[in-house]
Amino acid sequence: MPKHELILLKNMMQPGYTGSLQDYERAGGYQALRKVVGKVPPAEVTTTVMKSGLRGRGGAGFPTGVKWGFLPKDYQGPRYLCCNADESEPGTFKDRQLIERDPHQILEGILLACYAIGAESAYIYIRGEFVLGARILESAIAEARTAGYIGANILDSGITANVWVHRGAGAYICGEETALLESLEGKRGLPRVKPPFPATHGLYNKPTVVNNVETLANLPHIISRGPEWFSAIGSPPKSTGTRIFCVSGHVKRPGNYEVPMGVTFRELIYQEAGGMRSDKPIKAFIPGGASAPFLTPDSLDVKLDFESVAAAGSMLGSGGVTVMEEGTDMVWAALRLMEFFYHESCGKCSPCREGSSWLVQTMRRIVAKRGQMEDLETLVDLCKNIAGRTVCAFGDAEISPIMSTLKHWRPEYVRLIHEAEAANLITLKRPVARP
Amino acid sequence: MLKEKYGSEIAEILSHYPVRRSALIPLLYLAQQDEGYVSEAAMKEIAQMLRLTPPQVYEAATFYTMLNLKPVGKFHLQICKSLMCALVGADVVIGWVKAKLGIGPGETTADGLFTLSTVECLAACGTAPMMQVNEDYYERLTEEKFDRILADLKKDGICSLKTGPFMWPEPITVKRET
Repeated sequence: MPKHELILLKNMMQPGYTGSLQDYERAGGYQALRKVVGKVPPAEVTTTVMKSGLRGRGGAGFPTGVKWGFLPKDYQGPRYLCCNADESEPGTFKDRQLIERDPHQILEGILLACYAIGAESAYIYIRGEFVLGARILESAIAEARTAGYIGANILDSGITANVWVHRGAGAYICGEETALLESLEGKRGLPRVKPPFPATHGLYNKPTVVNNVETLANLPHIISRGPEWFSAIGSPPKSTGTRIFCVSGHVKRPGNYEVPMGVTFRELIYQEAGGMRSDKPIKAFIPGGASAPFLTPDSLDVKLDFESVAAAGSMLGSGGVTVMEEGTDMVWAALRLMEFFYHESCGKCSPCREGSSWLVQTMRRIVAKRGQMEDLETLVDLCKNIAGRTVCAFGDAEISPIMSTLKHWRPEYVRLIHEAEAANLITLKRPVARP
Repeated sequence: MLKEKYGSEIAEILSHYPVRRSALIPLLYLAQQDEGYVSEAAMKEIAQMLRLTPPQVYEAATFYTMLNLKPVGKFHLQICKSLMCALVGADVVIGWVKAKLGIGPGETTADGLFTLSTVECLAACGTAPMMQVNEDYYERLTEEKFDRILADLKKDGICSLKTGPFMWPEPITVKRET
């Protein structure tokens, strides 16, 4: 067993734990909700979450309590909570485990958030492929409704809180919070121009909070054990609590590992995940899902917290750590991720829609050994014209595989182009796609 | 007609939302469950139910990859080809499909049983390579496992190798005292 205390994965690590309401209550579940509903003013719950330092686990790392605080205080109409369970960032598979193994932990978090922000309806937007997860959540909701935790007059407090499961249908972009809202409204999942932010104009143009599954799952523990307890864990003051890191790629034991923020990549990869799968040493790793720039083994001693990973030139993102061994073709790896982004670009903004297509074509040419030196400039040029020129952060994310592999492994690109030149298949200069 | 066949399901779906249009994806799923794909007739009916124009339904239906606008095989093999799966052999799995069923991405076997699609990340990177068949996940694929899945699906329509409630790595089982 790990040396540190598990918070989110604790219940499901117990032998025989099924995730049923009975099991969850026996493990102390719904005590946090009982502690606050009708007894503690909602604003105080928000203050507690603010004090805990909890930051969003979906990717952006925005402080959760502060996000709640942006809701208009005097607004009388309906407010909404959306639980973002559209886990689609390549490299990330933690929410799936939280949903399927301990659904009531998430529901309690959702209910606490509903209480704090005054929402009577919450929607769990779950990615369409998680059919099993959606079923498990639905039966958990039914259990909680029967027990009086969900519905009208929860815990005899006079407060209404309904929770619905809404399945997406296979679009990465719907993990972006405004695209999620569009999709939930029955439209194409195209991100909205911000401002206005969802806090004032969200679902059906009403004040809305969108929080990630793992973020919400932390709430019952923060309420039960207090913000001081939580903010002492991890890498305070800015990165508090634990995180579930999803390790994938060429390691011995891939999987979900919950560790306090601030452990190093070396500890995560070599201790938790058992090190490399063969005697080949590590060549590269992605620290936070496909949107995070690649890092080299020089960064293995970087701490897994928001600030340290940012300082190392990447981002902690969604917590998906993908490890690649020596011998992995980095140009191919960047192309694979670029193909993902090309497929998932929603098409709203021209720089991203057209740029992702040009980037894929140029990358495919280089990998197929038909590239030329100018292509490298073209790649950089295209990337620079996408980042910062789109409605959502997708544009900034999609350039990171190419920009970071070009930065660290440029010789691999150059070698492929030299091979193309040596093969002398091209005699005429071809036109090169330029914006 | 969906309305006559699934009246109570439709009423239940509509009751979840204060705005009718939100029921669009759930209703498209219902249509797909009924016919195996989303037909034009179903889209028109859904448009009417939600007081939308048919193009409003069509534009949403074409945006989401899980909604099939054409019929697919009885078993829809969806193999993840994103980097995390590719690092540990997704392309090999796609090769098995070609060798064993004779179909490439986007193709259906002559008997209408299997359709292959290559898809992007399905959130099973730690248990790669993987595929989804209709609603079920199959993970940590090996050739032996893959053969058994195909055989079981052909024979019984289901396979016990599908993933249950997901957890990886599995918890260390505590030895019970005997």
